[in-house]
Amino acid sequence: MGGGRVENDDNGVKSKKTVFVTVGTTCFDALVKAVDTLEVKEELSRKGYTHLIIQMGRGSYIPKKSTEEEGVLAVDYFTFSSSIADHLKSASLVISHAGSGSIFETLKLGKPLIVVVNEDLMDNHQCELAEELAERKHLFYGRPQTLNQTIQSMDLETLIPYTPGNAMPVAKIINRFLGFPDD
Amino acid sequence: MEKGNGYCFSMTVPNILIFPIAIFIIFIIRILFVIHQSRKPLRNLPSKAVSTLIVLGSGGHTAEMINLIRVLQRDRFTPRVYVAASTDNMSLQKAQVLEASMVDQAGLDKLKETAKFMQIYRSREVGQSYLTSIGTTLIALVHALLLMIKIRPQMILCNGPGTCFPLCAIAFLFKVLGIRWSSIFYVESIARVKRLSLSGLLLYKLHMADLIFVQWPHLQKKYPRTLYVGCLM
Repeated sequence: MGGGRVENDDNGVKSKKTVFVTVGTTCFDALVKAVDTLEVKEELSRKGYTHLIIQMGRGSYIPKKSTEEEGVLAVDYFTFSSSIADHLKSASLVISHAGSGSIFETLKLGKPLIVVVNEDLMDNHQCELAEELAERKHLFYGRPQTLNQTIQSMDLETLIPYTPGNAMPVAKIINRFLGFPDD
Repeated sequence: MEKGNGYCFSMTVPNILIFPIAIFIIFIIRILFVIHQSRKPLRNLPSKAVSTLIVLGSGGHTAEMINLIRVLQRDRFTPRVYVAASTDNMSLQKAQVLEASMVDQAGLDKLKETAKFMQIYRSREVGQSYLTSIGTTLIALVHALLLMIKIRPQMILCNGPGTCFPLCAIAFLFKVLGIRWSSIFYVESIARVKRLSLSGLLLYKLHMADLIFVQWPHLQKKYPRTLYVGCLM
C-alpha cells in the first residue's frame, strides 16, 4: 500500500515512511496529545515509520517538534493547510478524526487508516460510521487513550480496500420519479 | 328526541366557529392529499427541465452532494440554485468549482444562467443545544421563506444540514397552499449508520419528503419508508 517516494530505495538508506495525523477543522487535543506520547511514538518507530506529521486544526495543545535521528521519529506539525490531499498521498499511514470527509478521502487513496473517535463531542454519531467501516475491515478504529495498543495490534494485511460508492442509483430513481426517460 | 339532540349540538357550536373549523378540516384533508400525492412519481411529464434547489451542508455533506450533482443531467436539472449556511464559505466555493468544471466540459459559458449561489441563516450550529435552537430556527425560517418565495423550485435536493429543514417545510407548505408543487428528495448522510439525523427524522416523521434515501441497509430496516441506495462516497 502506497508510501513515500523513497520507500523502494535499495542503497541501504532507510526508507521514509510518514504517518499523517489529521483532525480536519475540529479541535481534537486528545488525539494530538496521544500521538505526542512516548509510547505511541515508540510504537510507530517499532513498526518502521520514520516521520510524523500532525495537522492539529483548532486545537491548543502544541506537540514537540523533533528532527530525524537514528531510531527516533521526526515530528512536525501545522494547524491548517490547503494541501491536505498531498499529505495524505505521501503518507504510509493515516491517523484521523472520525469526520466522513477525512475518512473517505483517505480510503479512496488506498491508505491504511486508523480512525480515533473524539469522545468529547456532544452528538457523537460519527463513531457509527467508523465502527461500521472497521467492522467491514476498511480501517482500524480506536480511542485516544488506547492508540498505542491499536497501533501495536494492527495488521495492515487484514485491511480490505474500499470500493468507492456510486451516486448513479439515486440519480436514476430521481429521474424516474420526475418522469424523465432512462438514458 | 333525536331531532332535539341534533338541534342542541348545533347550538353548542357557535356559528362563528363553523367557518374556521371547516377551513381547518379542509386544510388537514389537503395536507393528507399532498402527503399521499408526494409518494407517487409525477404523472405528467415535466417540461424539458426542473428548477432545482440544492441545499449544501458542511464538509462531508457537501462532498456527498457534489458526488450526486456530478451524475445528474445538467440539461434536465436546471436552473440550479445552491444554498449554504452563511457561516460556511467552503461549500459554495466547492459548488462553484463544480459548476465551472461542468461548463468547461460543455464548452459553453452558460454558468450565470444555469447556476446561482445563495447563503442562508443557519437554524442550528453543530453542538448548539436544542433549546436555544428554537430562537435561531425562527430567524432562519423567516429568511428561508423570503428565499423560497424568490426561488420557488420544482425540486429540492438536500442531505442533512440543519439549513435544509426550514426550506423543506416551506416547500411543503407551498404544496399544501397550491403555490408551487415541488419534489423533495432527502439523502441521509453516509455518516448516519444506525439512526437518521434530526433533519432526516423530522422529514420522515412529518411525511414532508417525497423520497428519503439512506446509504446503509440497517437504516432502511429501521425506517421502512426510506430507500436504500448504497454508499455515495
